[in-house]
Amino acid sequence: MRKVYVVGVGYTKIGRLYHRSLKDLFAEAAWKAIEDAGNNMPQALVVGNETSSSLQDQDNLGAYLADYAGLGRIPAFKVEAACGSGGAAFYTAYALVASGLADIVMAAGVEKLSDARSSGTTSALAKAAEADYEAFYGASFTSINALIMHYYMHKYNIDYEYLAEWPVAMHEYASKNPYAHLRFKVTKEKVLSSRIIAYPLRLLDASPISDGAAAVILASEDVARKITDTPIRVAGVGMSTDHIYVAAREKLDTLVATIKAGEQAFKMAKMEPKDMDVLELHDAFSILGLISLEDLGFAEKGKAAKLFSNGAFHLGDKPTVNPSGGLKARGHPVGATGIYQIMEIAMQLRGDFPGVRVSNAEKGLAQSIGGAGTTITITILSR
Amino acid sequence: MTYPARIWRERHSRYRLVGVRCKKCGAIYYPPRPVCEKCKSRELEEVELPRRGKIISYTILHNPPVGYRDQAPLVFALVELENGVRVFAPLTDVDPHSVEIGMDVEAVLRRINRKEEYGVIPYALKFRPLIR
Repeated sequence: MRKVYVVGVGYTKIGRLYHRSLKDLFAEAAWKAIEDAGNNMPQALVVGNETSSSLQDQDNLGAYLADYAGLGRIPAFKVEAACGSGGAAFYTAYALVASGLADIVMAAGVEKLSDARSSGTTSALAKAAEADYEAFYGASFTSINALIMHYYMHKYNIDYEYLAEWPVAMHEYASKNPYAHLRFKVTKEKVLSSRIIAYPLRLLDASPISDGAAAVILASEDVARKITDTPIRVAGVGMSTDHIYVAAREKLDTLVATIKAGEQAFKMAKMEPKDMDVLELHDAFSILGLISLEDLGFAEKGKAAKLFSNGAFHLGDKPTVNPSGGLKARGHPVGATGIYQIMEIAMQLRGDFPGVRVSNAEKGLAQSIGGAGTTITITILSR
Repeated sequence: MTYPARIWRERHSRYRLVGVRCKKCGAIYYPPRPVCEKCKSRELEEVELPRRGKIISYTILHNPPVGYRDQAPLVFALVELENGVRVFAPLTDVDPHSVEIGMDVEAVLRRINRKEEYGVIPYALKFRPLIR
């Protein structure tokens, strides 16, 4: 396989962007990425998106977006893996360049959630679960994650108070991230007293319903050297799936797909967890960030919450987790999130992330989760 | 979508808790699947699962989706059946605040929602505290 580099990034502000459409968001992110890559046009487009069919009545997304944004008659298609669509789209775009099928490819993600009522958006997102044996019973995506959270808290005897530190830190970071959705700080007291939406999970544990688009341009080594002086190498990628019916999993306090995808990515990169300077983890709910730290080998099982509340993984520690504010507060435009995360790691390594920077970061990792741990992609980038 | 044919196809698993057992290694699965995950055998037979078990995790959903709102708050549980197989199911006939991890429960047939798309009223098993 050929070496692959990130040579350009582009993104929109994240939020409930009522004045922006799906294709309009995509076009902004796509052209910013093309400009960042020295106005070099991609030979193919892979776009991550979850809900264009259910919420925007739009299939055939690759052609729709490539056409609207004026990318030409290039190969273009959507990759869907629920809220992990962005990571999966990047994985696919990586393969196109690594294989030699194309020399320069755009991996993008776009999501438009805010047009529907919250109930409509929630129902669309619930399609990530098993339709006949989970969603059929009225289970929302939140309630399935709450089951994992409650199991974990009970098994390791973790007080909710420890989990409440996560949202506080994420909002602090997002308050300094100019494109984040929730740019306000919260206190621990505010988290502890926020509304319970799916016991024991509270409103401030959950990521918001966001619109947004992000794009990265991937290129082979020859092309990358011509385009930029600061190419960021895709050192390792890994992907795994797991039982979609959560009750069928042997372990409920761990996401096995994170472990498997992580092993693949670290092996390909010839790196270990201790080499990482910065992480962007998929904390759609606080519990997922903590479980993922454990599954990736940064903390022992059942210990992440206490370590985090004692200051580990905050700015100044190695690795620093989610300096963007995470899904929790940067926002979660579901199919675009995985691309935002990879783009954020790339900008941290280039030294031009517009929010909280991890100084002298050389290596970083992004994790994208689809469903309740059902499809997981790990991407490791290196300067 | 409550398509009539789709509801009908799942009737055995949803009404009688029918899963499958691998004829080669004995592993049991719910819902039914065509291949044994452990030994990859494709020879599996239908088996009715025990209707009693224990709650190993639960959540109380305060704002359920459209079609389920008359049941709010809706309690969902992961139930470990007497033979060790785990299922996901709503709880019924219980005060949500009295639910505990470790609670003994049993399956009962209940109406699932009020969507009434295509004129079908979907039924399936829910779990209630075990009456001794």
